[in-house]
Amino acid sequence: MRRGWAGLSVVSILVMVFLYGPILVLVLYSFNAAHLSMAWRGTTLKWYAALLHDDALLAATANSLLIALVSTFGAMCLGGLLALGMEQMPHRRQRMIEGGLVLPLVIPEVMMGVALMLFFVMLKLPLGILTVMLGHIVFNVPLVTIMIRTRLRKLDPALREAAADLGADSWQVFRYVTLPLLRPAIWGAVLVAFTVSLDDFLVTFFTAGPGATTLPLKVYSMIKSGVTPEINALSALLLLISMACVALSLHVQRREV
Amino acid sequence: MPDHDRASSQAPGRSSCRSCWLAAPGLLWMGLFFLAPLGLVFAISFASRGTYGGIVWEFTAANYLDLLHPLYGKILGQSLWYASLTTAICFVLGFPLAYVIARSPARWQPVLLLLVMLPFWTNFLVRTYAWMILLRQDGLANRFLMGLGVVDAPLELLYTPTAVVIGLVYSYLPFMVLPLYVAVERLDPLLVEAAWDLYASRWSVFTRVVVPLTMPGIVGGCVLVFIPSIGAFITPDLLGGARSMMIGNLIQHEYLVVRDWPLGSAVSFVLMAIVMAAVVLYYRHADRTAEALEGR
Amino acid sequence: MATSSTPPFLASDQSLSPTPSTIDVRGIVRRHGAVLAVDQVSFQVRRGEFFSLLGPSGAGKTSVLRMLAGFEDPDEGDLLIDGRSMLGVPPNRRPVNLVFQSYALFPHLTVFDNVAFGLKMRRVASTLIEAQVRQALTMVKLFGKEARRPAQLSGGEQQRVALARALVNKPAVVLLDEPLAALDQQLRQAMQVELKSIQQQAGLTCVCVTHHQEEAMMMSDRIAVMHQGRMWQVGSPREVYERPCNLFVSRFLGVSNELPGRIGAPIGEDRLFQPIDADQPPLTVRTLTSEQAGRPATLSLRPEQLRMARERPATSGPVLSGRIEKVLFAGSDTKYLVRVGPERVWETRMTSDASLPSFAAGDPVFLHWSLPDGRLFFE
Repeated sequence: MRRGWAGLSVVSILVMVFLYGPILVLVLYSFNAAHLSMAWRGTTLKWYAALLHDDALLAATANSLLIALVSTFGAMCLGGLLALGMEQMPHRRQRMIEGGLVLPLVIPEVMMGVALMLFFVMLKLPLGILTVMLGHIVFNVPLVTIMIRTRLRKLDPALREAAADLGADSWQVFRYVTLPLLRPAIWGAVLVAFTVSLDDFLVTFFTAGPGATTLPLKVYSMIKSGVTPEINALSALLLLISMACVALSLHVQRREV
Repeated sequence: MPDHDRASSQAPGRSSCRSCWLAAPGLLWMGLFFLAPLGLVFAISFASRGTYGGIVWEFTAANYLDLLHPLYGKILGQSLWYASLTTAICFVLGFPLAYVIARSPARWQPVLLLLVMLPFWTNFLVRTYAWMILLRQDGLANRFLMGLGVVDAPLELLYTPTAVVIGLVYSYLPFMVLPLYVAVERLDPLLVEAAWDLYASRWSVFTRVVVPLTMPGIVGGCVLVFIPSIGAFITPDLLGGARSMMIGNLIQHEYLVVRDWPLGSAVSFVLMAIVMAAVVLYYRHADRTAEALEGR
Repeated sequence: MATSSTPPFLASDQSLSPTPSTIDVRGIVRRHGAVLAVDQVSFQVRRGEFFSLLGPSGAGKTSVLRMLAGFEDPDEGDLLIDGRSMLGVPPNRRPVNLVFQSYALFPHLTVFDNVAFGLKMRRVASTLIEAQVRQALTMVKLFGKEARRPAQLSGGEQQRVALARALVNKPAVVLLDEPLAALDQQLRQAMQVELKSIQQQAGLTCVCVTHHQEEAMMMSDRIAVMHQGRMWQVGSPREVYERPCNLFVSRFLGVSNELPGRIGAPIGEDRLFQPIDADQPPLTVRTLTSEQAGRPATLSLRPEQLRMARERPATSGPVLSGRIEKVLFAGSDTKYLVRVGPERVWETRMTSDASLPSFAAGDPVFLHWSLPDGRLFFE
């Protein structure tokens, strides 16, 4: 197929341009001095400075970080234990739970959002930061469980047998062998859960109620009320944060001890 | 021979599972905050709407019958059409890319894959917003077209079905590339050369060798693109107009604007049925592939 | 608890001594579903002995080893170590340590910490740990590599770490699961010698699982041959090689040149043996028991027991005529494949010595052997 290679390569490069072009344009225009037009009027950092003085935005950022922290912690506890607990189960039950865990990841997020909203309303739980946290844990648990399980299954069972053979009881096997070997997966899962929670819009949109605003909700309302250079700057920052999280997560997971 | 206590020594820990209870909190959580809400939506989809919004618990199938109304039918059909078109375009764009990555030098492959996946990990709203800037009346796309002299006046690009499909393709293309890459990577290049050697044209090499052998990846990629596309909300909400509404927008509209929860729930379950059909299709294909490989 | 040594059920193990056994396995049975993985296996291992469980894959030898280590429990029977029953005792409370086939070195720990792992689990004082780990590493010639990670070591070095990690605990028994299988041929032979000398030097009691008969014979004091979950023969390497108890053991331990036939009339203390291949004349065989005439049997000989001559040798012993089919030069030895029947090819070996008469393919030859070497197996 060498003859077709050039053609394929050209298409590939164009697809890459398609993937990165819009992001780059966005970042570029966050430095544009012009207020409304797309014409270039010189470089400026004033839109970034403006973000720092937007109190509502800062409050939303604080909310987002708090929600991401709490939901990541909650999901790590629940999902990590779930992954460990599943190990000893009969295979059929493991497969059943695995299938169930895929469900929250495939059903449309809108649906998860409305279902949670209805549920909280029926329980008479006031919508706010708490309900958002509860909701974020729901989509983070499967992510965490799947990531840790993947790693657990790659572990050589002989390692844990070796530890037992050398006198370790089941707690010591976990503490000195399983846990250190899971560490990359654990940190990877922490970063993924944190990023997903930080970026989530839909579940938050339905479960936040009028009081609690997060960063994505704020971005959404800003976009809805009109395109402004401040959004460009904010977007560029969000891109940076997400990419940093992903890079860190990959770095941690690549370190295969 | 010394006598041993048989009963206590038999199969310790084999029948009882001491660590299994660790799974309980997580399972309980998912049951309470995932399955129970879904069940609630399902129940409400068979209830009636009260006069001032709210729910009246009277069993009725009316909500599902209401969906047969042409207005809803149009939105449903439109959603299926956008999602299918998105899937097709993603395949056409994604296959060459996946092929090139899979046949690149081994040490470049992870880097290229990361480059494909990286945009996916960035904020979804931001990515969609980037297209709003590009497709605006005075956006770069129009400036570019007018600069080339293709058009005289700026085109209406934003808030059109085209914008929605572009946005969906942009958002979910990585989902197509990844499984295709895995499938192509497993395909022995010698098979392609063998077909080539046996007088196959480039097109027949593709349709008769590459496509059948990468079928699991193709089905996987298509399902992975179709599922989020059919349930999209943000993309049509930001890039589409009133006429390019999708199911996700309808659900949001019924819940938050019209406050007809039973109807919204019914729409949700129609959407879920479509998604589940795609999932089942995927798993059945995966099973059949596994069977075929084992049978050999 | 009484440490009565039950006599092993196989008579060929004649070398029992009255000293108490370190391991005493009594009629253990292990089922994997409907399959009998281990079927009524009994054996004893003496202190300081190198004992090998030899057999093809699926013979049940790994199951026996895992039951000794405590990862599996027998469905029936008992298993004693130093006179104590191990039934229901978890792996971490057993006085045995296993060297895993894959080594199972902890990838996140240094060589030092890998070797120190067992001592730390038993909360040995850290000063003692230091000294004992050093001693163990010196014994396996890895002193100075304490700070490395397993991934930074060669295959042979990893094997030594695995060994040191087991013997540093001074276990009653070191269990070895295909210890050299992951090494390449040359390293393997060097490690066979070294493993044996470490074992002797430290006075270790070892139970080794292997499917490699040469390895088992070179390293072991005694070998137990296993097949289909049963233990067929236990004895010294020479015993099991030269006096296999059945055709399976004979074939598994080396080349078995076989000739089926029937027992004939007595000639003095010996018997006539009529091969089923009609063109071969009857041979003399020696049997220990008085067998009925006409009973089917198979005669078996090792390649090195055969001698080859151009002329019919002037001997009263058994002679078989044949024709050389292939000559395979293998360095120090030359292998000859001799056709002795329409569907029967025997193998014999001669030192590749230029001063000896040489044979070529197609030459008619006579194979002869001393009467007691021919072993008869009855169905």
